[in-house]
Amino acid sequence: MNAVTESKVRMITGPEATNIALDEALAADPYVLVFGEDVADGQGGGIVHGTKGLSDKYGSLRVRSTPISEQAILGAAVGAAIGGMRPVAEIMLMNFLTVGMDQLVNHAAKIRFMSGGQTGVPLTIRTMSGAGGGFGGQHSDMLEAWLAHIPGLKVVVPSDPTELKGLLTACIFDDNPCVVVESTMMAMSGMKSPAPEPGFRIPLGKANVAREGSDVSVIGYGRPIAEAHSVAEQLEGQGISVEVIDLRTIAPLDMKTVLASVAKTKRAVIVHEAVRNFGVGAEIAAHINEELFGELAAPVRRIASKNTPVPYSASLEKAFLLSAADLETAIRSTLERK
Amino acid sequence: MQAGQPTGAVKTGVPVGDPDRAVLIDIYSRASLIRQCCDRFASVIRSGRIAAPYYSPRGQEIVAASMGGALKADDYLITIYRGLHDHLAKGVPLRELWAEYAGRATGSCKGKGGPMHITHPASGVVVTTGIVGSGIPIANGLGWASLVKEDGKVTVTSFGDGASNIGAFHEGLNLASLWKLPVVFLCQNNRYAEHTSYELGTASPTIAGRSSSYSMPGVRVDGNDPVAMWKAFRAAIDRARAGDGPTLIEAMTFRFDGHVFGDAGDYIPKEEYAEAIANDPVPAFRKWLLENDTATEAELAAIESDIADRLTDAVEFALASPYPEDSELRYDVLLEEIEP
Repeated sequence: MNAVTESKVRMITGPEATNIALDEALAADPYVLVFGEDVADGQGGGIVHGTKGLSDKYGSLRVRSTPISEQAILGAAVGAAIGGMRPVAEIMLMNFLTVGMDQLVNHAAKIRFMSGGQTGVPLTIRTMSGAGGGFGGQHSDMLEAWLAHIPGLKVVVPSDPTELKGLLTACIFDDNPCVVVESTMMAMSGMKSPAPEPGFRIPLGKANVAREGSDVSVIGYGRPIAEAHSVAEQLEGQGISVEVIDLRTIAPLDMKTVLASVAKTKRAVIVHEAVRNFGVGAEIAAHINEELFGELAAPVRRIASKNTPVPYSASLEKAFLLSAADLETAIRSTLERK
Repeated sequence: MQAGQPTGAVKTGVPVGDPDRAVLIDIYSRASLIRQCCDRFASVIRSGRIAAPYYSPRGQEIVAASMGGALKADDYLITIYRGLHDHLAKGVPLRELWAEYAGRATGSCKGKGGPMHITHPASGVVVTTGIVGSGIPIANGLGWASLVKEDGKVTVTSFGDGASNIGAFHEGLNLASLWKLPVVFLCQNNRYAEHTSYELGTASPTIAGRSSSYSMPGVRVDGNDPVAMWKAFRAAIDRARAGDGPTLIEAMTFRFDGHVFGDAGDYIPKEEYAEAIANDPVPAFRKWLLENDTATEAELAAIESDIADRLTDAVEFALASPYPEDSELRYDVLLEEIEP
């Protein structure tokens, strides 16, 4: 988390971070293309205005709204990438990605391998998701584990607007297909973090030790990183030192940084917003057990959302989502064991 | 030869005339190559020297050969798992093609793609997909890239009649027409989608007719007629290059070897098979070239003999080539090396 106390630092929201990254990329490379449903200015510049002003500035040849046609959007991204472009396609919400999954799974992810390296697909898919806004079962799923399961894709889930800017820029200029999962609640809540310097990018495939600690490692990504920081802050006052690892990139997964942290603290709590079963947390826990089984002071814990569709009713949605209290309880439980 | 019944007219600035002698000989060379390659592949597979899933395009030679004769070398082609004829027509080198079928390191894709994913960008073959209909939306991206780069290239995306029933067809043709993309949608209607006949799977009387839903020209052409096919391609390609947008071509054809090699085709009526085989397109074209004094017997025999020699060389090259090293799994998953 890029928290800041100096009032003169310019603060940006998630959609502003997106806009800055896209604007810079369009200016830097004439072959960067931006497209998706309602992204052009005539259609509002995106549902959360992440693409506002870009079609006016760069023209409709490079920044265009598309029909509601996810297969056509993702297919065009694949083809444009093979044709030498750096397409940045928006799939408005992550659940809509399922409609065009063929292009992502069977083509974008595999074309470099299946062609023996003759063709590459340097595309970026931007999408948005997360529960908490009352959008129910088909507009809120976090499906990053689906994507991370496909060899050939890079998957990033930024934890704040500054991170989003740096990771999105890195994805656009990466020569592999990348998916950036932006957060609906980050956009809706108006969450802000400092605006980075122009050109700021964060290396893909490298986790960030967001807070150093010595008693227990909390490993996560995306929105729960903010909760991890607040829980760590609170526990600090009680003499418990929590290290927070922000994975940033789910695939490739930087287990080196995670294992170094857990080797130090001997305790690990993994946190993600996606449902628990078969999630990214299971993969990380398996790696930790494979590498550090004999050194652990407590079993690896996973904190995640409940294994149900995302419910509508606010009370149920709250019960579904992981909470800071769940995280705190899990951290304490790892410390109770000798 | 007689043209099929067009269901629409492709409007271009300059009417397309008949192909000249050089074009006809070129189409015949490509068609003969496809025909002989199919025959050779069938015999090599039967002998057990290569084990591969093989979706034979036998019977569809003229469609592809006419396309190859009408496109420029650097125009893009996207095709499907039944794509051997398209690959050959576009110029994928025989040695690399055969080595890829044989799964060897010297194959066009280093043995990592196989028959269903032949790729050879130097010939313009940028994607071969095993997913029915998926090449259609991809073609739009290539077409868009050509508009941005102003490189004047045309993209042909080839698919079967079955693909016209998948959603990607609708999404892809709609977007291509909206954006006036330089793309030619080539439907090779071989009357069967896997084992299901056109009539059992498709509600509209023609595929070409579906183009009207997208304000796009659509033509149904006799796929065994090289003159009609070449003219249809030229009109569509000229229209695309001129910036007037896409065209849907429905080439009426037939596959002689069933869905996948070894399929006896029991679901195809005997009379339909017999009629198609009686009209085997490459021998018919050969006969027509001789009867119209377009080519001499000696000339065609020389073309065929050269192809036979090149095929023998390609088969020997493929079978003598090494298999890829296991370490290849580390490469091409991402641009950078990975730990698999």
